[in-house]
Amino acid sequence: MSIWDWDYVWEAMPYLYQGAIVTVQATFLGFAIALVLGLVFALVRQSQNRIISGVMAEIVEFIRSTPLLLQIFFVYFVGPQFGIVIPAWTAGIGVLGIHYAAYCSECYRAGIENVDGGQWEACTALNLSMARAWRVIILPQAIPPIVPSLGNYFIGMFKDTPILAAIAILEMLQRAKNFGAENYRYIEAITMAGALYLLFSLVASVIVQMISLWLNRRYHLQ
Amino acid sequence: MSDPMVRFENVTKSYGALTVLDQLNLDIERNEKVSIIGPSGSGKTTVLRMLMTLERINDGVIWVDGEPLTHMDRNGTMVKASERHLRRVRGKIGMVFQHFNLFPHMTALQNCIEAPVSVLGLSRAEAEARAAELLDMVGLGDKKGHFPIQMSGGQKQRVAIARALAMRPKVMLFDEVTSALDPELVGEVLNVIRQLGAEHDLTMLMVTHQMGFAKEFSDRVCFFYGGKIAEQGPPDKLFNDPDNDRTRQFLSAVLEAG
Ligand SMILES: Nc1ncnc2c1ncn2[C@@H]1O[C@H](COP(=O)(O)OP(=O)(O)OP(=O)(O)O)[C@@H](O)[C@H]1O
Ligand SMILES: [Mg+2]
Repeated sequence: MSIWDWDYVWEAMPYLYQGAIVTVQATFLGFAIALVLGLVFALVRQSQNRIISGVMAEIVEFIRSTPLLLQIFFVYFVGPQFGIVIPAWTAGIGVLGIHYAAYCSECYRAGIENVDGGQWEACTALNLSMARAWRVIILPQAIPPIVPSLGNYFIGMFKDTPILAAIAILEMLQRAKNFGAENYRYIEAITMAGALYLLFSLVASVIVQMISLWLNRRYHLQ
Repeated sequence: MSDPMVRFENVTKSYGALTVLDQLNLDIERNEKVSIIGPSGSGKTTVLRMLMTLERINDGVIWVDGEPLTHMDRNGTMVKASERHLRRVRGKIGMVFQHFNLFPHMTALQNCIEAPVSVLGLSRAEAEARAAELLDMVGLGDKKGHFPIQMSGGQKQRVAIARALAMRPKVMLFDEVTSALDPELVGEVLNVIRQLGAEHDLTMLMVTHQMGFAKEFSDRVCFFYGGKIAEQGPPDKLFNDPDNDRTRQFLSAVLEAG
């Protein structure tokens, strides 16, 4: 028996492909939630109302200091005991999104706080509405500089998707493992999964860099 | 119509235990050009920031154009102004900052049309035409498409002036608008302010360290000291024959520094 058998590679390919689609979908959907919800968290956090902003800070801290896996178990296994039944896919993507939203919100916060205070003063002096000031003046300056760190969380979330296997979602790594178990041979499938993760991460980081460059150029920032 | 354009009535401002302005009373007439001078920390900037509603006041009332800015009438009693009331009244006021505070991601033209379109509701075309006119007036007709980073300090400050004027304020506030500029760029900004004073019906309130300009340009100069107006009067009197010792000391110190 050779160490590396190409027959297994070809055999595992369609199987892993199915898993790769699930992994990529989960990453994109989950990260879309994280981006939007993270921004909402960050904006609520900026509220003038100390109580609202304080509660938001606590929620973010709570999410960040408990394990992702526990949060997924909580929603998927504990929920039904209280009559809250959420399908695995929805629960998995939702929790991934919320978990990473907490991290993204801290990125947004850093970006927002880095915008020069004089920009807010100019908005007031020009009588812009709060909504307009956020949307047209503050966020376009706050977000481009934090794209690289948001991108890190994008890749981080991608690498966390195998956790979905815990609630019976057949993502790429789980499929590789199953393939190995069925054939009493793991090396090809697991190696291939590893290579695919690496490939996706590299592609993703190139895309993030391109978005970052484009945004900075679009908004004439340094 | 004899209301002053701006009235500070017993206005007090403090940060914690530090009283920055103590029962300030100051009236500024329509079209009047008033300069504020005084040592660092005497509360000059604070006066402008309160009027621009960038700072809340602790006591007293500020009036603009005959109506209260910091307060509003509710069933016959004066209550603290709501955000809505503030927005309406501060529309009469424009401000130019020491550090320009231009929007760096917008061109000179975009800087000047953002608020007219989104706040005043002008059409884009109208706003652009007006902004172009104002940029021409400040001598930057050829820089409309430039971003702040592509301009000199003097040019940025002139864009900032055009941007404030685009909102058609009745009162313009200038806070040391030439202090962040290289000396050779000060003149071009002061010229624009001069021209504004001559050609527009504007009440102007400026904090400045340019004594020469204050003397030539203002109708009245207020010397602030320790959160109070220590002395005020026409520039000739205040600069040449001040009554107050502190004024005299301040002026000689400033003259020595050049
Ligand atoms: N946000 C703040 N918190 C606490 N103290 C403040 C704040 N802003 C201003 N002060 C204090 O208020 C006083 C008046 O400040 P202000 O900026 O009005 O002075 P100024 O006359 O404009 O001085 P300068 O010539 O240095 O600009 C100073 O003692 C300053 O330290
Ligand atoms: Mg000042």
